[in-house]
Amino acid sequence: MRHFSAQNLIWALAILLPAAVLISLVVGTVNISVSDAFKALVGNASSTQIDTILLDIRLPRILLAILVGAVLASTGAVMQGLFRNPLADPSLIGVSSGASVGASLMIVTAGGFIQSGALVGLSLVAVGAFIGGFAATLLVYRLATSGLGTSVTTMLLAGIAIGALAGALNSLLSYFSDNDMLRQISLWQMGNLSGASWLKVSLMGAVALLLMLLFPRDSKALNALLLGESEARHLGIDVQRVKRRLILLTALGVGVSVALAGLVGFVGLIMPHIVRLAIGPDHRWLVPASAMAGATLLVIADSLARIVVIPAELPTGILTALLGAPFFVALLLQQRKDV
Amino acid sequence: MILSANNISLHLSGFDLLRNISLEVEAGRVTAIVGPNGAGKSSLLKVLTGEMPASHGEVDLNHRPLNQWHLLDRAQMLAVLPQHTLLNFPFTADEVVGLGRIPHKTGLAKDSQIIAEALDLVDASYLQKRFYTQMSGGEKQRVQLARVLAQIWQPSHLGPQFLVLDEPTSAFDLSHQKLTLDIVRQLAERGVGVVMVLHDLNLAARCADNLVVFDGGVIAAQGSPKDVLTEQLIDRVFGVKSIIAQHPVTKRPLVIT
Repeated sequence: MRHFSAQNLIWALAILLPAAVLISLVVGTVNISVSDAFKALVGNASSTQIDTILLDIRLPRILLAILVGAVLASTGAVMQGLFRNPLADPSLIGVSSGASVGASLMIVTAGGFIQSGALVGLSLVAVGAFIGGFAATLLVYRLATSGLGTSVTTMLLAGIAIGALAGALNSLLSYFSDNDMLRQISLWQMGNLSGASWLKVSLMGAVALLLMLLFPRDSKALNALLLGESEARHLGIDVQRVKRRLILLTALGVGVSVALAGLVGFVGLIMPHIVRLAIGPDHRWLVPASAMAGATLLVIADSLARIVVIPAELPTGILTALLGAPFFVALLLQQRKDV
Repeated sequence: MILSANNISLHLSGFDLLRNISLEVEAGRVTAIVGPNGAGKSSLLKVLTGEMPASHGEVDLNHRPLNQWHLLDRAQMLAVLPQHTLLNFPFTADEVVGLGRIPHKTGLAKDSQIIAEALDLVDASYLQKRFYTQMSGGEKQRVQLARVLAQIWQPSHLGPQFLVLDEPTSAFDLSHQKLTLDIVRQLAERGVGVVMVLHDLNLAARCADNLVVFDGGVIAAQGSPKDVLTEQLIDRVFGVKSIIAQHPVTKRPLVIT
């Protein structure tokens, strides 16, 4: 039996997410009372310091967490459907490994320029990560596409090959970098939301909006694809077109997320999986519910990242894995008991 | 109005899988394809349903080349049940059957009614809320049959409909084999053209209007089961000595080996 109906889960998340946001607003190195937070949000702050902390630091950071979490989890759900594999991950198509190389390359080559160097307000590392991620995905897609269409199996293998190559390049770059660069590279790879700004939020918001508008159009096609590609074609689905569209959207979504927040692991792999265990594989509900669950998880993880080692803070990526992995293991154990 | 293969050949990595096959599947009739393993039966179904392009020749659906139909229009006229379906996600039975309604825009209420009726027809109502991944082979096959039935449940305004089945009874017990053949006959009476690959010659003889015997990528014989099934042919194609008798009730040929 399914544990929840889709509507119930979405309602529960619709309550949980704002609650998490509210808690996230008031906790951190400086604790702010709920009433002060409300005053600041409606433009009536009790002090300029609180105003700055809330509106310039915490709010953009929370919004970025929501958007990145939603994009990673929904693209994860889409990729798991497209690859017909409940353990697929957006990084399978090479986007994360490519982004990692792009970021490392920028950190190592641009060196001292990195602090001041910026392109329309975005760091060169972000730009490098996006280009690297997108280029790797295109390469994987080209490798797997022949006159007969795109082979999902070849794509998986090409993703692994490109991932290995990117890993080697990454190690090479790390090997030739000094201590400071090495630290930057490894911090970037842990994923961090602390650099949030309103520019990043609006960029991420535009991408997330695009995905949320376009994914629902293909949710029935994804359901049909779970039967197999030829079965989907017999149900009137233009499989090749759907595949190309979803891979491009995923590369765009994950590419921008990784560029702005680094490698935040776990969310894209496990959140859709957990949601599927709860409400079943129907993508009409799975994709939006995963997006909401991913957003909630990332907001909670980021709040914890800010408070566990006050006055310092942890990279968010560490917390997502620390929170999610035991939960997932508990679910698997529960499922084993049910069977 | 027909689904027809006109002089098609299929070459794949140096092998001739099909050679100059011409076949007409008429609406309202049941065509059964039999033949030894590797004779090209499944290849023919793949070409006939547009899954693989023919190397030569053309497949027409209702007097238009198959690949010129819009995919959604085609899906309203042609439903295909593959031999195996690799569905390993926990859909319930009614969700799987509901996938058959994707090409249609009949609305949720009508669709749920059709899903329930289709499941009932294949004797799978009790599976409605069960997970596909936890069903037995025969139950899965029945749910998939209900899915393709739901796809062509109502007549299409675009033309007669066709149902292609690849070994639909392979996982079934005796009663469900009979049930499947009854469903196929009902569909034919409604005007649907049915093509199916079968392994059991007696099942094929019992329900086919047109029996096609495949051997080595060519059609060895085709026609009414009575004309086609001879002791010489079965010896030549399958290499098995047999006696052809007559079924005492249906008067159809009965192959005894």
